[in-house]
Amino acid sequence: MNNLAIRVDHLGKQYRIGASPDRYNTLRDSIVGMLKTPIRRIRQGLMPTSEDEHNTIWALKDISFDVKQGQVLGVIGRNGAGKSTLLKVLSRVTEPSAGEVEIRGRVGSLLEVGTGFHPELTGRENTYLNGAILGMPRSEIDRKFDEIIDFSGVEKFIDTPVKRYSSGMYLRLAFAVAAHLEPEILVVDEVLAVGDAEFQRKCLGKMSDVAQEGRTVLFVSHNMSAILRLTEEVIVLDRGLLVKRASTVEGVDYYMASGFSEAGERSWTEDEWPPGPFKPLALRVRDVREQIVDMTRSTEPIIVEIEYEIDEAMQGLRVGIYLMSMRGEHIFTSFDTDDAEKFEEFGVRRPGRYKSRCIIPADTLNEGRYVLGVNASIFRVNRFFQDERALTFTVDTVGAPGKQWPETRLGLVRPRLEWKIELQ
Amino acid sequence: MAETSLPTKTVPETVILRPSSGWSTLNLRDLWAYRELIYFLTWRDVIVRYKQTVLGAAWAVINPLINMVVLQVVFGNFAGMNPEGDIPGPLFRFASVLPWGLFSAALNSAGRSMLSNRSILTKIYFPRLIIPLSSVLGGLVDFAIGFFVLIGMMVFWGVVPSWQMITLPLIILFSLVTALGGGLWFSALNVLYRDVGYVLPVFTQLLLFISPVGYSTSTVPVQWQWLYALNPIVGVIESFRWAVFGTVPTPGIPLWALVTISASVSILLLVSGLFYFRRMERTFADMV
Repeated sequence: MNNLAIRVDHLGKQYRIGASPDRYNTLRDSIVGMLKTPIRRIRQGLMPTSEDEHNTIWALKDISFDVKQGQVLGVIGRNGAGKSTLLKVLSRVTEPSAGEVEIRGRVGSLLEVGTGFHPELTGRENTYLNGAILGMPRSEIDRKFDEIIDFSGVEKFIDTPVKRYSSGMYLRLAFAVAAHLEPEILVVDEVLAVGDAEFQRKCLGKMSDVAQEGRTVLFVSHNMSAILRLTEEVIVLDRGLLVKRASTVEGVDYYMASGFSEAGERSWTEDEWPPGPFKPLALRVRDVREQIVDMTRSTEPIIVEIEYEIDEAMQGLRVGIYLMSMRGEHIFTSFDTDDAEKFEEFGVRRPGRYKSRCIIPADTLNEGRYVLGVNASIFRVNRFFQDERALTFTVDTVGAPGKQWPETRLGLVRPRLEWKIELQ
Repeated sequence: MAETSLPTKTVPETVILRPSSGWSTLNLRDLWAYRELIYFLTWRDVIVRYKQTVLGAAWAVINPLINMVVLQVVFGNFAGMNPEGDIPGPLFRFASVLPWGLFSAALNSAGRSMLSNRSILTKIYFPRLIIPLSSVLGGLVDFAIGFFVLIGMMVFWGVVPSWQMITLPLIILFSLVTALGGGLWFSALNVLYRDVGYVLPVFTQLLLFISPVGYSTSTVPVQWQWLYALNPIVGVIESFRWAVFGTVPTPGIPLWALVTISASVSILLLVSGLFYFRRMERTFADMV
């Protein structure tokens, strides 16, 4: 353990899920249940044994990896993969259920920004409080106070209670305090997911400064661009297991390409079918390799596929999609018979099972999350099926034009335009 | 939860995290390392309590005064239980209300402390003992203010404070130890069983009546006084009154006997509370 900052050895973390929803059929059962439950719970409370209950899940299973001092490691994976749990264990917030973790150095965790902030206290008071909670000795806070306030930009309001701050000011102050932590090991969880574009840019900037100072950093994010920019290596978690450890480029590629197909697809069962001859079966998003994905690259085309069945011949049926941003702004609507030729060819659709597919061209959408909706109708006659928020997917702009500047570009579209530069 | 090796100047501290089972050590080293946080959390609790109030710190005086009046009327005028010596009833009761107030405020706030601090509990590491500890310490400020008023009242009534006042710091410590012992148990239990949060105010009320706040221990038949002293607050309050006025409950068992019984219970509560809290600590972040 000479130059290792963190050593994780067969780490496991188990959680008990929910108070077991005992269902009782008879009043007698209910009463007996009511009497039994306190006894059981008191026994568990006074003498907690290792989980003997059936309702437990292993959020982390047999995880082993090392982090050298000064290394910047990214942790990626789908929601629920165990990333936050891993950080919580490393931050000593929660205890391992199995295995061992060895940590060398003080750990500063940014699991959330503004931890411990109290709305009644002023910005100044909260800075001291938050700093102390994060582990900064008072002398250190005194020394860095001016720097922190300067970084946050809330100088004028530093003596007003924080409950009067706008959410932006709040975030900036909270991040300013956290950013001036100087631990040997920094553990960051999706802090960049909140705030406006400018705030995120500032966060990224500060994070890369910290990384360059030679501290060990563990960084969890869904933002592949940030991961690629800040980290050298990543580990990929999936359902509690460590499935891959590789250089960032390779790891991100693996993650995005593995087509975690639970998401990226929305299917409808019989009881969800609307009355009428149109029966929606599934809506899918695929990448160029035909994998079902919920995250795509903006530099690649996105395939959207609707699978459905119709019971009888339908004239003038059109099946199509809506695309919306997460904020609900409509981006476009497009039907499979929009094209005049298609409209002619499929004027009458015979009964059967169909797949309507379209391709959203590469270099169209900007990074972010989008919502797909489905519509099946005959214009001005009947709307057979509509689901405006059937599926969401994410677009990542890794490798897109202009990515040599790490900035968030506003707007829903990110086209690759042909620029000509001429010296006059 | 973790064992720490000795930190040296150049080599950073190494910490090993393993699943723990059974009883944990008290980890006082970590507590010392985080001592500033104790100050900050106590300071936060005190400041927040009085921000946005009109009367602010005056409440530290008004509350005990009101309590005193009620107790005087109920126990003094209605029940006719009057204190020994020539201490005026109201003064006697005000003096009793102060340590009682310290204790009951500490107990109630410690009981709630884990739940009300859940946001920092689930995000940051620090020795969890700090939370009930700082909520207990928060009561000291109010106590100090009330104490000055007490001195003022004594001057007003012409009662001379006795030399035993020197022992006050010890008695305050006694009071805090008792409050912390109870507070640790309640705060840990409250995380598991939210019932505790509901029971606590009622429990504190009952405790008020079985403690010699409104009346003196001498009211209890002498042969039962040793049993009565198993309530640690008995020792706290009687020793406080002795320190301030020099009075001792008569007829009664010797004060040192009373205090010894109470103090033993108090220490037992504290030690058992500490160990129970540390044992349950590993589940707090997951259950709070």
